[in-house]
Amino acid sequence: MKETQTIENITKSTAVTERITGSEAIVRCLLEEGVKVLYGYPGGAIMPVYDELFKYQDKIHHVLTRHEQGATHAAQGYARISGEVGVAIATSGPGATNLITGIADAQIDSTPMVCITGQVPSHLLGSDAFQETDIVGISTPITKWNHQITEAAEIPEVIAKAFYIAKSGRPGPVLIDITKDAQFEEFDFKYKRCKGIRSYKPVPETDISSLEKAAELINTAKKPLVVWGQGVILGKAEEEFKAVIEKAGLPAAWTILGASAIPTSHPLNVGMVGMHGNYAPNILTNECDVLIAIGMRFDDRVTGNLASYAKQAKIIHFEIDPAEVDKNVKTDIAVLGDAKQSLKDLLPLLNANSHHDWHQKFKDLYKIEFEKVIKYDLHPTKEGLTMGEVLKEINKQTKGEAAIVSDVGQHQMVACRYAEFNTSKSNITSGGLGTMGFGLPAAIGAKMAAPEREVVSICGDGGYQMTIQELGTIFQQRTAVKVVVLNNDFLGMVRQWQQLFFDKRYASTKMTNPDFVTIAKGYHLNARRVTKREELASAVEEMIASKEPYFLEVCVEKEDNVFPMIPSGASVSDIRLE
Amino acid sequence: MDKEIKHFTVSIYTENNIGLLNRISAIFQRRHINIESLNTSRSEIDGVSRFTLVVDITEEQMKKIIGQLERQVEVIKAYYHTDEETIYQISAIFKIKSDLLFEERQIQNIIKESHARIVTVNKEFFVLEKSGRKQEIDLLHRELSAFGIMQFVRSGRIAVTKNEMKISEMLAAFQH
Ligand SMILES: Cc1ncc(C[n+]2csc(CCOP(=O)(O)OP(=O)(O)O)c2C)c(N)n1
Repeated sequence: MKETQTIENITKSTAVTERITGSEAIVRCLLEEGVKVLYGYPGGAIMPVYDELFKYQDKIHHVLTRHEQGATHAAQGYARISGEVGVAIATSGPGATNLITGIADAQIDSTPMVCITGQVPSHLLGSDAFQETDIVGISTPITKWNHQITEAAEIPEVIAKAFYIAKSGRPGPVLIDITKDAQFEEFDFKYKRCKGIRSYKPVPETDISSLEKAAELINTAKKPLVVWGQGVILGKAEEEFKAVIEKAGLPAAWTILGASAIPTSHPLNVGMVGMHGNYAPNILTNECDVLIAIGMRFDDRVTGNLASYAKQAKIIHFEIDPAEVDKNVKTDIAVLGDAKQSLKDLLPLLNANSHHDWHQKFKDLYKIEFEKVIKYDLHPTKEGLTMGEVLKEINKQTKGEAAIVSDVGQHQMVACRYAEFNTSKSNITSGGLGTMGFGLPAAIGAKMAAPEREVVSICGDGGYQMTIQELGTIFQQRTAVKVVVLNNDFLGMVRQWQQLFFDKRYASTKMTNPDFVTIAKGYHLNARRVTKREELASAVEEMIASKEPYFLEVCVEKEDNVFPMIPSGASVSDIRLE
Repeated sequence: MDKEIKHFTVSIYTENNIGLLNRISAIFQRRHINIESLNTSRSEIDGVSRFTLVVDITEEQMKKIIGQLERQVEVIKAYYHTDEETIYQISAIFKIKSDLLFEERQIQNIIKESHARIVTVNKEFFVLEKSGRKQEIDLLHRELSAFGIMQFVRSGRIAVTKNEMKISEMLAAFQH
């Protein structure tokens, strides 16, 4: 035993055994995993770890958010822009339960995140001790994996597993709950990264014959349509994806989490699918002969009524998670595996093609959408400001280089529809869960992970107030995010539904709002309000030019609606333009 | 054909970890599916647990649930089978007043005919054990309840499949 230790001591510094406390081990594990920033909030059951974070503050940066929900969303923003695991930490009881919304969000949007919670000492487990809550039980259905540690000796292996599980295969959130006695306990620390778990297969094997069949179908298709999702981004398959669609001349549409994998301006990019997506890809979903789904999961917001979704088409599904295959849409050919590898292997099997006439259909339908919707959104003639023109101004002044972090509601759909992206991982939004309050804290995490990038958060006046306290985090950290609130004094998206489907009974959607500029100034942020079109360009210019955090409120038309729209339960091809 | 509700036996091979039962049952609960019977035990492989569940759902639902089960990090493999594809048993225990054994002649006949086994007898009560199909146990329960049953308990279904499940090969493959 002694001898092997000395050999390992020489070969690998991480193999040195040292007697340290559980809490120090936790911080050391995070360092071993390359964690530079974590988000959290202290409290009784996690204090030993905070004490170590204090000692290690020159190596690891703890960001005190103003609410644990903010910590999870910041960790998510960090993960989404960097592709690294985001880390959030909280105390037991209320600290832990405050993480739940962010964990659920990360689960449904496949975001790699590790959450660490303190727990009451193990001898008090189950005694209804102060701030005891069964966070492992509570978080089970919304975590990829979770585990409770009651002995310090478990810490290195469990944390190594947590990071491995969170980021491998289809990523997701992992929660590790650590009792306070395990944090105090001393043990012989030694770290080894996790390389595999026997019961867990992150990437299924690709069946070559499925790839061949997919290629044959694509090669013989007359009207192919690609719908891609976040799988392309998570799989770092952007280049392979671009090569495939370019070679075969495939029109390609995106889900909101897939946005930015290829530039908005790419000639084969035919826009967004789904409820508020573009007219052409939605209509033509029900006209294509082969639908090629890549790293997307046929969410109901994308498919509308399944009974009339792409029934005429053969379906090919490239997917890393076998449970997604045939879950919502029956596939003809499933290509299991990692998108990067599958697309790389697909490329040589494809024939070069252009599908010129088929592309023309997308262009024709775009013209209709432009005349009926886009023109009014981006070049309005009425007095009130539109959300669309704000996005257009941001595009112009950031030259499409900004990462857009949106909240949830009308402004989110407008941001996804009109933001222009040149680089991947630039559209950060809560897709699957639709979590209001995501936008502001997620932008903080995104800016910290990519300080060289312009990060613009786009919020509605409703969602902004769900996590508005994170202005305190921005102020304390001097995180140079740009925060835009598109204020319509309504919970706009809900109001739109009330208008369209509930005879304009605006039940609890009118907001009496505070002076947002004064609030931002209270946090010592540069802040400005725009109410007129003439002021918009200069205000956005001032915001983008600022090297500091900046708050911009734009008072927009109060009762504008987002179109096109697939009413819920309708078919994608029944998309309405007005 | 996939839409018809059927009786399925689900066999799930897992790591032996705290909380896994919760994770597995949550998959059914979330889809509003009742678990008709549940058994957990060790399996033929050291350190690997086996869950045996019975559910009444469509084959389409069943396939999706198998996918969801296998997604769980600590689930090694999950299978589903129809009754015809398995050999299955359940077990029941009856606790009955000892007087009856001597006073009610018919009880002795019932026991004999049902092939139930007397586990223990003392002055106050005797304990009867019966393994078999659910119908057999139901029948025995009906017959004995006329005399009065002090306690009754029935286990979840346990089942082995006629065809092999290749789980050992899978685990062996991981070692390399
Ligand atoms: C936490 C949460 N609660 C409720 C909802 C339901 N919801 C979806 S959009 C929306 C309105 C959002 O209003 P606002 O933030 O002002 O944005 P707008 O739609 O006006 O752009 C609501 C209430 C939600 N998505 N998330």
